[in-house]
Amino acid sequence: MTTTTTTTTAGGIQAVKPTVASHVRDYWARVRGGDLGALPAVLGLLVLTLIFSVARSDTFLSALNFANLFNQSAQVVFIAMGLVFVLLLGEIDLSAGFASGVCGAVLAILLTNEGLPWSVAIPAAMLTGVVIGLVLGLLVTKLGIPSFVVTLAAFLGFQGILLTLLEGGKNISITDEFVNSLNKSNLSVTWSWVVTLVGVAGFALAQLNRYRARASRNLVTEPFGIVATRIVALGLLLVAGTWVLTQERSINPAINSLKGVPIVVPIIAVFMVIWTFVLGRTTYGRHVYAVGGNTEAARRAGIPVDRIRISVFVIGSFMASIGGILIVSRAGSVDPNTGGSNVLLYSVGAAVIGGTSLFGGKGKVINAVIGGAVIAVIDNGMGLMGFSSGQKFIFTGLVLLAAASVDALARRRAAATGNR
Amino acid sequence: MTATPLLELRGIDKSFGPVQVLHDVGLNVYPGEVTALVGDNGAGKSTLVKCISGIYTIDAGTVTFDGDEVAIHSPRDASALGIEVVYQDLALCDNLDIVQNMFLGREKKSGLVLDEATMEEMAGETLRSLSVRTVKSLRQLVASLSGGQRQTVAIAKAVLWNSRVVILDEPTAALGVAQTAQVLELVRRLADNGLGVVLISHNMNDVFAVSDRIAALYLGRMAAEVKAADVTHSQIVELITAGRSGDLGLPAEKPAEFIDITPGEAP
Repeated sequence: MTTTTTTTTAGGIQAVKPTVASHVRDYWARVRGGDLGALPAVLGLLVLTLIFSVARSDTFLSALNFANLFNQSAQVVFIAMGLVFVLLLGEIDLSAGFASGVCGAVLAILLTNEGLPWSVAIPAAMLTGVVIGLVLGLLVTKLGIPSFVVTLAAFLGFQGILLTLLEGGKNISITDEFVNSLNKSNLSVTWSWVVTLVGVAGFALAQLNRYRARASRNLVTEPFGIVATRIVALGLLLVAGTWVLTQERSINPAINSLKGVPIVVPIIAVFMVIWTFVLGRTTYGRHVYAVGGNTEAARRAGIPVDRIRISVFVIGSFMASIGGILIVSRAGSVDPNTGGSNVLLYSVGAAVIGGTSLFGGKGKVINAVIGGAVIAVIDNGMGLMGFSSGQKFIFTGLVLLAAASVDALARRRAAATGNR
Repeated sequence: MTATPLLELRGIDKSFGPVQVLHDVGLNVYPGEVTALVGDNGAGKSTLVKCISGIYTIDAGTVTFDGDEVAIHSPRDASALGIEVVYQDLALCDNLDIVQNMFLGREKKSGLVLDEATMEEMAGETLRSLSVRTVKSLRQLVASLSGGQRQTVAIAKAVLWNSRVVILDEPTAALGVAQTAQVLELVRRLADNGLGVVLISHNMNDVFAVSDRIAALYLGRMAAEVKAADVTHSQIVELITAGRSGDLGLPAEKPAEFIDITPGEAP
């Protein structure tokens, strides 16, 4: 206000300094009010892990299997991270699975058939993803076709493109060492610890820095106890995980030693941090939430709604292309079913199970990672318990349904308590 | 009060195709005063507001702001002058908090990153200057606010930008008694802070409670611009419904200006 006199009467916003207890109470009130976030997914993950650990303590709990979980779920987690952006606008991308397959095929063709180095093939696969997203986004925004229809058509179309690229269904193998190492090899034990400790230190610095910056300007801060607890908890979790993964897990260590954090773990972590930063700390991220929450309000605020809408499809397909690269790396080859069958449904499931709302406006990138972990644990654990694929699909379907119901019920509850 | 209006409209005409919606409309908005804009449905209130805020361009007439004649071609021009409109349907995002909503589309940045601390300080400062005491935390989601609090946030959002004229479109339409009182108090405070306030309302109690001047539109013409103290409740109602009241208002219509559309035999 610059006008003549501002009546700065006493009062204003009450700046009650929250304590640890009040912070926990507030969190619980939000949960009861329907703002669940990733809580159901985290609880589900704990319960499932406990069940499988008891039922199959020999195989499920082994370090070998723990490392496997990361390699198995990488593709789904990447597609799901991209889908979070699409879902935030209340849109859907059903073609993400086969988009990742097409990008994987581009990678394989350039590497094997054309003999190009990975430094050309990987960017080309990523660019393919960006172009796919651009086309989808333009069709949705400029022609106004619902994203459900556009991406359903693309789902079929990309399946056809994949078949054509593979000349009717040939299998292309990859021999490039770098690409093969991405989702198969591990960091050395030393590097595993370096990466973990740098990660924990980075998180701690970011949290403390934020706390200090707010405190120095006399703004309401989270209680220090909460910040410290968060840092210590993440630190313990990462250190414990790294310790397990740096143990020898080969069945026959004399022939082939297997230890260290899978390379794919830091790859997932880096993208998760980048996109979390983009969504939470940049103007672009703020605008994505705004368009997802109230498109009309965003438009009146001068936000380029169409450009935001196109961009989320680009991010979605770009992340799918990385998912494609990782699955090709893991399988060592591309076939017409790469990115097909359950990949897309698992990815949508991962995002939704993790707490991303199908109604738009609510979700975080970490939701996709936690949801992806739930899906991977179900798939892996039920496999180890000897359930058939059919039974796994039925159970995963039920879990997805449960997650969507939690979302819908939480929304209703939130509407009733005025908490969204 | 001040003799010169902050915003002065003269002879505004606006047509949509063959339909002329505004005929030679004039309006004065004085700093430090609440000017109520009243009129029946279809009288042209919304059209007039959209002309001021740059959503529509005017066909004829002049707009004078702070003594200078100005041309408003887009909402951006209006914002640059310091004219902000608070729309009836609020235009807030439920999934964002108060600070995020107040800065939506005009976020403060330091480098690449959003400057949350500065935005929070500015938002708190603005709400304090309006003596808003009803919100618990600036980081509350807008979804958890009551109707009156949301209206407060929408109004605070409009005054955050050093605005000089704030136009409120039916700010109390969806509110209960206590909340209406709160919002009206806030409207009065805006004017006391030196802003020119235009209040569009259907509710005569609200109009008489806060406004200094009343401008009544009737079928696209400005029937009268009067001081609130000089007129009665029923005079305003007559101005709204008939376009005149005693010696106030438009001259009596000549019957020849009307076309008989009563069903029955052909005329």
